[in-house]
Amino acid sequence: MTKTVTDVVCPFCGTLCDDLEVAVTDDGKQILDVYNACAIGAEKFLHSQAKDRITRPRFQQPDGTWKETSYDEAADYTAKMLAGAKKPLMYGWSSTNCEAQSMGHEIAEMCGACVDNTAAVCHGTTLIAVQDIGLPTCTLGEVKNRADTIIFWGCNPCHAHPRHMSRYSIFPRGFFTGKGHKSRKLVVVDPRVTDTAKMADIHLQVTQGQDYELLNAFRVAFKGEWLPDVVAGIPKEKIIEAANIMKAGRFGIIFFGMGVTQSLGKNHNIDEAIAVTKDLNEYTKFSIMPMRGHYNVTGSGEVLAWQFGYPYSVDLTRGFPRYNPGDTSSIDLLTRGEIDAAFVIGSDPGAHFPISAVKKIAQVNSVCIDPHITPTSGVSKLHVPVAFVGVETGGNAYRMDNVPIDCRKVVEPPEGMLTDEEFLTMVRDRVKKLKGVA
Amino acid sequence: MAEYIIKNGFVFDPVQGIKGDKSDVAIKDGKIVSDVSKSAKVIDAAGKTVMAGAVEIHAHIAGPKVNLGRIYRPEDKLFTCTATKGIERTGSGNSIPSTFKTGYEYAKMGYTTAMEAAMPPMFSRHVHEEIRDTPIIDEGAFPVFGNNWFVMEYLKNNEVENTAAYIAWLLRATKGYAVKVVNPGGTEAWGWGLNCLSIHDPVPYFDITPAEIVKGLIEANEYLGLPHSMHIHPNNLGNPGCYQTTLDTLNLADGYKAKNKFGREQVMHITHMQFHSYGGENWGNFESKATEIMNFVNSHKNLTMDTGNVTLDETTTMTADGPFEHHLTGLNHLKWANCDVELETAAGVVPYIYSPDIKVCAIQWSIGLELALLAKDPMRCFITTDHPNAGPFTRYPRVFKWLMSEKARNERLNTFKNADKVIAASTLGSIDREITLYELAQMTRAGPAKSLGLANICGGLKPGMDADVAVYDFNPDKPLADPEMIETAFSRAAFVFKSGVQVVTHGDIVNTGHKRTLWVDAKVKDNPQVMRDIKEKFLKYYSMTQANYEALGHHFVPNPFALEVDATQA
Repeated sequence: MTKTVTDVVCPFCGTLCDDLEVAVTDDGKQILDVYNACAIGAEKFLHSQAKDRITRPRFQQPDGTWKETSYDEAADYTAKMLAGAKKPLMYGWSSTNCEAQSMGHEIAEMCGACVDNTAAVCHGTTLIAVQDIGLPTCTLGEVKNRADTIIFWGCNPCHAHPRHMSRYSIFPRGFFTGKGHKSRKLVVVDPRVTDTAKMADIHLQVTQGQDYELLNAFRVAFKGEWLPDVVAGIPKEKIIEAANIMKAGRFGIIFFGMGVTQSLGKNHNIDEAIAVTKDLNEYTKFSIMPMRGHYNVTGSGEVLAWQFGYPYSVDLTRGFPRYNPGDTSSIDLLTRGEIDAAFVIGSDPGAHFPISAVKKIAQVNSVCIDPHITPTSGVSKLHVPVAFVGVETGGNAYRMDNVPIDCRKVVEPPEGMLTDEEFLTMVRDRVKKLKGVA
Repeated sequence: MAEYIIKNGFVFDPVQGIKGDKSDVAIKDGKIVSDVSKSAKVIDAAGKTVMAGAVEIHAHIAGPKVNLGRIYRPEDKLFTCTATKGIERTGSGNSIPSTFKTGYEYAKMGYTTAMEAAMPPMFSRHVHEEIRDTPIIDEGAFPVFGNNWFVMEYLKNNEVENTAAYIAWLLRATKGYAVKVVNPGGTEAWGWGLNCLSIHDPVPYFDITPAEIVKGLIEANEYLGLPHSMHIHPNNLGNPGCYQTTLDTLNLADGYKAKNKFGREQVMHITHMQFHSYGGENWGNFESKATEIMNFVNSHKNLTMDTGNVTLDETTTMTADGPFEHHLTGLNHLKWANCDVELETAAGVVPYIYSPDIKVCAIQWSIGLELALLAKDPMRCFITTDHPNAGPFTRYPRVFKWLMSEKARNERLNTFKNADKVIAASTLGSIDREITLYELAQMTRAGPAKSLGLANICGGLKPGMDADVAVYDFNPDKPLADPEMIETAFSRAAFVFKSGVQVVTHGDIVNTGHKRTLWVDAKVKDNPQVMRDIKEKFLKYYSMTQANYEALGHHFVPNPFALEVDATQA
């Protein structure tokens, strides 16, 4: 016999689907199947069942081999490393729950660490633009119930957020959108002919790196002012046609991704995209939303903000929070050689940072908290495997529209394994002793 | 638990009618008691003012829009950060302080209870995470109902009982405290970029008027007998001439009588009245209508209100009145954030600078003070800044100074850049009333506590009540040499006790206490129709499942304190 756990929250991407069903064995120890999830989400649950999973912390030896150790020793090492460092970096946080983040921040405050999340290489530019100009946005259910105009700009949800279109943006039949996708216009802006672009009513194949120009042209087109014949590779007529579709809708939204946040122009692109959204609110109702990647990168920004006041790249070395992306952001800190200890949790900078920054992680004392073997664990002195949040332990996470959803525990972790929060609590208690804090 | 005796202070306690008599306050096991043993720790309060811990009835201190303010205003942190110190965690922010700083600052001013004024129900888990991280003070949160699809559908058909059953369900699901209404109908209209500017503007599609929503929610609130009344931010906020809409809204409470077991007498609480007391047709002839408003409030015993005093600071406005914030960004051209929430509400955030050099801002400042000074019953008019909308809560001591000293407020009034026009636009200059310490205790302690249905728990020093006590370095027996002494004394209490734990000593945090989350557990008769409707809405229209909606578990509400209501016999 099996039992089915319902309303399971998927700890993969920022779509944070919460309608998964997971079949587990009667003893609650093994996952048998995952329903309703996309291929990536299902795999996240299923690969936690791998028989060759690392279940105990391990130190990397000088010759590159690994030696198993206990969680106690791992916590000792981590606490000593952080408490003894002058400027430790505590990076990641996007694939763990808010409780672990909160515990980590307490440690960071005691140790004077720099705390940063994956926004630093992702939607950090979006946050800078929001600090510049604001953000008219909405929850995803508003899109489902009201939206008749959808724009995907520099993102490819077909592959990166596979259930986004079926749950929220294109296909669902909501309260005022009873005809589902038939009642929605889809505009995709992407230099590539992606699978998302293939579905579009209008695909604007913008010249790579010229998103800012095209966004600016839209603002001109809304006002009916003069435009050159071609902007960013798009003929004027097509820009005006798309602009009119946006103005004519009753409720529209721009979803945007890495294609605009990390291409030429960066935060300036988002500035302009938000300005487009503001302009459209003079004619109709319009919103804009970043397609956040990790399932809880949004949560990391939220917890950092309510505890320290800034959403990422927070520097606590002086005993109070400072924030200056480009200065206090991880890659910059690493490449400038300012970091003397690296603590990574819930992300994989080894796979995503420039090699010059990754080399610095390898050169200093380093701890990687991750259920998987990753390029980051590969260059770290200590690898601490933990239970999977959202599979083997619960905890709160924030969806890309800032809606908090409490993850569920579906199965027991392998015997004796700790969660992020449990391990961090051990480290916190040790740091307190080392620092002489009551 | 330790015993304390606070000796020889000048005690101001409206609950017992004590008006500055020199007496002792005894504390044991977290409660005020009439006597303690000889081993009790003595706190010398000679020459000091002793009051109950203050009660904040309306502030935006936890949740998604507050945090959006923090995220998008790094400039608010400039020169405001405090380093880790003893048991105090690091803090940041001025108009939107970090959660730790929020708790510490309230406690240091002698505030021990605070209400988060607008909780989007779908984000209740976020609100509670922030409340958990706000130390010391007891907190509750008001979920918003005025633009909720369930409420509008039920009330369109006059289904008060169903509305009440839904309210009971939502209060439980969100661990909410009261029925909050913001721009009724107008925020739903904002889903289409529209608004309801009068109480008779029909809500698009739902075909109900703000007046019907307000009356229906009063009826549902009294049907349940909740501790607090319906708490409203009326339509047409902030516009010249809006006082007429306010009077129309106040009139809706006519004929309703409070029905509850908590000693509450009002059926409607109108919040940040300052924003709703404007006359004139445009910003040129903008003027105060505080007199008209207060005449109405003074003569209607079933109303309570708070002021929403402008403090003349740079601040961050934030409200569930989505269309208003869009309107505001059009006026001041500062950055605009907005978030519409499916089936429930919306919110907007815009920074604002209340400059003393701008005529309208100075008139707004006058109106806030005028309202409090024209109040005949200080038990029904409470001091707030609608933090952070009219100014940060950390400015309360300054507002007290203006209210308690005619000299201080006239100094400010007469030195505005447009002093002549400002003075002409309100009656403030002709008011010589000075709020007394007893009245201050009514307006910041006993009054709000009674309005919230907490009259037996906090806001007073009667034996049996929670031992929330604030002692200020302020000697009411000495003539006031300088009004600044008021601001200094109330900014940093000498001693503060929260539920019998000494949390502040000489302005420093010495203990983070046992913070509680207040919520209301209302029991109603089984209502299968409402349960079916809820299920259907989640299946069809919400973007999350019903099973994941509730704020459940230790990490959201670690120390709950539920006020219980039984409406099964209603």
